Amino acid sequence: MAAPARRSLLVLLAGLLVFASLATLATAIYEDQVGLADWHQKYIGKVKQAVYHSQKSGRRRVVVLTEENVISSLDLRSGDIFWRHVIDKNDPLDQLSLSHGKYVLTLSSGGTILRAWNLPDGQMIWETNLRTSAASNPQLHVMSNNKVAKDNLVLVSAGRWIYAVSSIDGAISWEKEFSIDGLEIKGILQSPENDVVYALGLAGSSKLALYHLSAKTGEILKDIQESLPGGLCGETVLGSDNVLVALDKARSSLLLIEFKAERISYNKVHVSDLVQDLSGSFKLQSLSNGIISLQTSSSISLLKLKGTVGLEVIQKFDQPAAVSDSLSITEKDEAFAVVQHLGSEIEFIVKFTSDLSSENIREKVNIDQNRGNVEKVFLNSYIRTDKSHGFRALVVMEDHSLLLIQQGEVVWSREDGLASIVDVTTSELPVEKDGVSVADVEHNLFEWLKGHMLKLKGTLMLANADEVAAIQALRLKSSEKNKMTRDHNGFRKLLVVLTKAGKVMALHTGDGRVIWSNLLSSLRASRFGGMPSALRIYQWQVPHHSVMRENPSVLVVGKSGAESSTPGVFSILDSYSGEELNSMKLDHSVVQIIPLTLKDSSEQRLHLIVDSNSNAHLYPKSPDALNVFLHEMSNLYFYSVDIQANVIKGYSLQKSCGLNLGDEYCFSTKELWSIIFPSDSERIAISETRKMNEVVHTQAKIIGDHDVMYKYLSKNLVFVATLSPKAAGDIGSALPEEASVVAYLIDAVTGRILHRVTHHGAQGPVHAVLSENWVVYHYFNLRAHRFEMAVIEIYDQSRADNKDVMKLILGKHNLSAPITSYARPEVAVKSQSFFFTHSVKAMAVTQTAKGITSKQLLIGTIGDQVLALDKRYLDPRRSVNPTQQEKEEGIIPLTDSLPIIPQSFVTHSHQVEALRGIVSIPAKLESTTLVFTYGVDLFYTQLAPSRTYDSLTDEFSYALLLITIAVLVGAIIATWIWSEKKELRDKWR
Amino acid sequence: MAASSLCHGHLLLFLLVAVASACLGTAAAHQAGSGEGYTIAGRVKIDGASAKGFGLPAKTSNTKVILNGGQRVTFARPDGYFAFHNVPAGTHLIEVSSIGYFFSPVRVDISARNPGYIQAALTETRRVLNELVLEPLKEEQYYEVREPFSVMSLLKSPMGLMVGFMVLMVFVMPKLMENIDPEEMKQAQEQMRNNPVSFSGLLSRAQG
Repeated sequence: MAAPARRSLLVLLAGLLVFASLATLATAIYEDQVGLADWHQKYIGKVKQAVYHSQKSGRRRVVVLTEENVISSLDLRSGDIFWRHVIDKNDPLDQLSLSHGKYVLTLSSGGTILRAWNLPDGQMIWETNLRTSAASNPQLHVMSNNKVAKDNLVLVSAGRWIYAVSSIDGAISWEKEFSIDGLEIKGILQSPENDVVYALGLAGSSKLALYHLSAKTGEILKDIQESLPGGLCGETVLGSDNVLVALDKARSSLLLIEFKAERISYNKVHVSDLVQDLSGSFKLQSLSNGIISLQTSSSISLLKLKGTVGLEVIQKFDQPAAVSDSLSITEKDEAFAVVQHLGSEIEFIVKFTSDLSSENIREKVNIDQNRGNVEKVFLNSYIRTDKSHGFRALVVMEDHSLLLIQQGEVVWSREDGLASIVDVTTSELPVEKDGVSVADVEHNLFEWLKGHMLKLKGTLMLANADEVAAIQALRLKSSEKNKMTRDHNGFRKLLVVLTKAGKVMALHTGDGRVIWSNLLSSLRASRFGGMPSALRIYQWQVPHHSVMRENPSVLVVGKSGAESSTPGVFSILDSYSGEELNSMKLDHSVVQIIPLTLKDSSEQRLHLIVDSNSNAHLYPKSPDALNVFLHEMSNLYFYSVDIQANVIKGYSLQKSCGLNLGDEYCFSTKELWSIIFPSDSERIAISETRKMNEVVHTQAKIIGDHDVMYKYLSKNLVFVATLSPKAAGDIGSALPEEASVVAYLIDAVTGRILHRVTHHGAQGPVHAVLSENWVVYHYFNLRAHRFEMAVIEIYDQSRADNKDVMKLILGKHNLSAPITSYARPEVAVKSQSFFFTHSVKAMAVTQTAKGITSKQLLIGTIGDQVLALDKRYLDPRRSVNPTQQEKEEGIIPLTDSLPIIPQSFVTHSHQVEALRGIVSIPAKLESTTLVFTYGVDLFYTQLAPSRTYDSLTDEFSYALLLITIAVLVGAIIATWIWSEKKELRDKWR
Repeated sequence: MAASSLCHGHLLLFLLVAVASACLGTAAAHQAGSGEGYTIAGRVKIDGASAKGFGLPAKTSNTKVILNGGQRVTFARPDGYFAFHNVPAGTHLIEVSSIGYFFSPVRVDISARNPGYIQAALTETRRVLNELVLEPLKEEQYYEVREPFSVMSLLKSPMGLMVGFMVLMVFVMPKLMENIDPEEMKQAQEQMRNNPVSFSGLLSRAQG
């Protein structure tokens, strides 16, 4: 009897809470609160091309192009971003160039889109669409000193097309399509007189063509073709003005192809004569004046052309190194830089092409070991006060960070690995050792009061400008939030992020600074091919009572290659220091990782890793963990979604796997059920399940008329959405009649379909989020031509007749009956759909510690903002005219579309460019959840979906409270004296 | 122009369909397209003056125009013009993303049967743009506006109410008590003594 009573009390409390939060549907912040609980960091990603802006005066800047498809202008003094544009992934950037010293030109989408950006402010000036054949490697060439045309022409070549575009307005000056099939233009050169353009192309693997074009009209002046025996592999580079160096098909020799005015001649040089180590891939890079660099997997060689007769090795670097492009210093001389590793330092060497034997600069720079090898160098020069040339270079490291080195020092660095976060988890901070003594607080009482007086003035709008600034500084400075210890409310945590480069970094939630970072050696690219990829990060050990002394740790799982069958890598890191505690190469592949709720005696979480042979491997490999696991094994089921095969399968586990009987940590799996979708009508688009760490406060939901509904809460509920084949494409591509979205709710243990609904005339992309007993999904409605969000709530009917109080008293209820997943559940489903204005990039739901606080959906919109939308807007019970009871319950009258309230954008005026993921982490304080959003940018904030009902906000004015108390005490004293006097007077009367 | 009926005219979007290779013209010319697809060209115009006092500069440099939920993304030029080339016939969706402004997505129908005939409509208000002019919906204010200081707001706060009630009790109650006839007072006190009123009784009476 006691238990239901307590439950009802809690339900009542929860109800009260919902009621209390009714008035506050949108929680917003004031402008002066920006930066108090949130932070925003801007990144650009791994730089792949950089162009310096050589301006004599003004701010020095460099324009970079990155692998995250960002074009950005950086301040060369500090590394700050002047401006930045994140281009869509569908429009990959290929080439970058500067023109006129004031335009930035970018070529993207395989040479089809040419854009010009204004250098000072990043405004797009013009955009030109070029029609080309599908090209793999488009080229961009800005013609210099063109006396023929008035403005500088930009030459774009892609496939067998060549275009000349005016750099002023983007108008196409001339275009030329060459007639040879499969021709790909490899290089464009200008004649010294600037009136002839040479275009050098390769057709297939063996045919070489050289065209002389008029720079004015694009007319073919001359056309020379030559077949090469043996064929080429496509790796070519212009060695000097008239020599093309190409690697042949067998990758064993270099062809030196000389093209003179009339003919093409070639010469063959065996690579083995130059370099001994031939394993791995070759990369050719052209420096100028007949010098090329040959990069193999283990070394870099500088080669010099001896006419077309042959090549000679000038210098060889055996350490991991990188070579920059050449930079012209004087009329004739050019410089280039080589950066190589020497133990914990890197060596920065600058050489002139005219005198290769000597070195202009050789400096040693100390670099953080966690940055890995140097991948790219971009050299820049400046004039020193004594008129000599000084050099600096941008260095791109293996962890995607960008450094500027100058005079043997790292001037600035950018952690651009954070632009490509793969996965996020959190870790608690260490517990504070000794509590802060009371004396400390009292000592600062005066300061504290002064601060609050200032704040009071601020709230009363009496503060002047100086005081406002002081308040802001006081707030931002508050060291409280940046401490390295655990706090009472659970706001201070470490966000442990795994980046694409295989680097694990811990960010403090207070201000987003990097606490530690570790470039995992197991995830670094090896010298012998094979690009490892980081997959997921999990909490491995979260110490509680018995093992409180130990540090928490995180697990990182990756793959050592691109294919699904390559063996996995596994490493465990200490969450406080980032130290790698354990690292191993797995002897099996990683297809699916299943974190279990089980823990062994040292509080290590059990994980199952399923390999490509459908065997499951248990980690940690300890007898203790095995015992715990074997005990629970018969109750463990898992499922897999195979999008390629269009099938969902459910499995159970069996002892000992078929391959090696000796391995007792390996289990075979048995297929229990499968749902095969017909590929011609339905294709799996998305599957979603509940978050493992989600806490649900109550199963019961009290509705307006004091009736109870029981939520169907099953950890095994899976939402799957399928699309008709036509509906999988882009929006404009399908007609409403041929597109449909089908939503399924599936029980993952039995494979039973609990609910199925078809949305005709709807199409993808589908985004979904599943929480408690509901799922919300977003799709496009082709008939209305608007985006739609649908909600499905699922209720347990088998408990619906527990409403009778008599039954409860007599114990005839089934509330305490065990629930089995095998039973056929009686469920009732309510659903509704609403229009939503924007496209969606990501969706999540707020998570709180106890699950009492009402939920908000976090929607990453197409504008890279995150909108917090109250779940009550997505209530299937909303009706046009809610009854009084329903209104009291908090049901909002039905509208056809969901409201977008600007104040409920949690990112307020920031944008999280290229938004990819939203993570909600519960704080210890029930009302508050921590939200971390990542894309190219990072954004973190605290969110209270029902306002902070369980603590005073920062806005709370203590001074006003003190004043009130003082006034009240004063009034009491005054009235007491008054009444005493009055009494005395009465007595005298 | 249809924009005359709008209350906040920050954005004007001219849509025109032209042959794919045709260069951008300002005239809303409808030409037949052939083979490759059509060009959707338009204009985003953000009125600089209306964005004042907002902290967010009204710049078109960060205005993205998105076709079909991210299939293609382009940027607005300084004069607000943008264009999508080689768009096949069909029904498309254009969204505009610009921080500080709320834009309604636009449905654009390119007819395959009558090449060049297009229709555009705001999906939010279902208003057909026959003149190919798009309505801006509103500016977005991301921050709560602080109420300026007023005595009333101070008094309305819980503490203000507390003080107010206190003052009322201290100064007004005695006055009220004085006004009551001493006889009546005595009578009431007698009554109180004779049948003491319990709190629960009071409650039940209130409910009844």
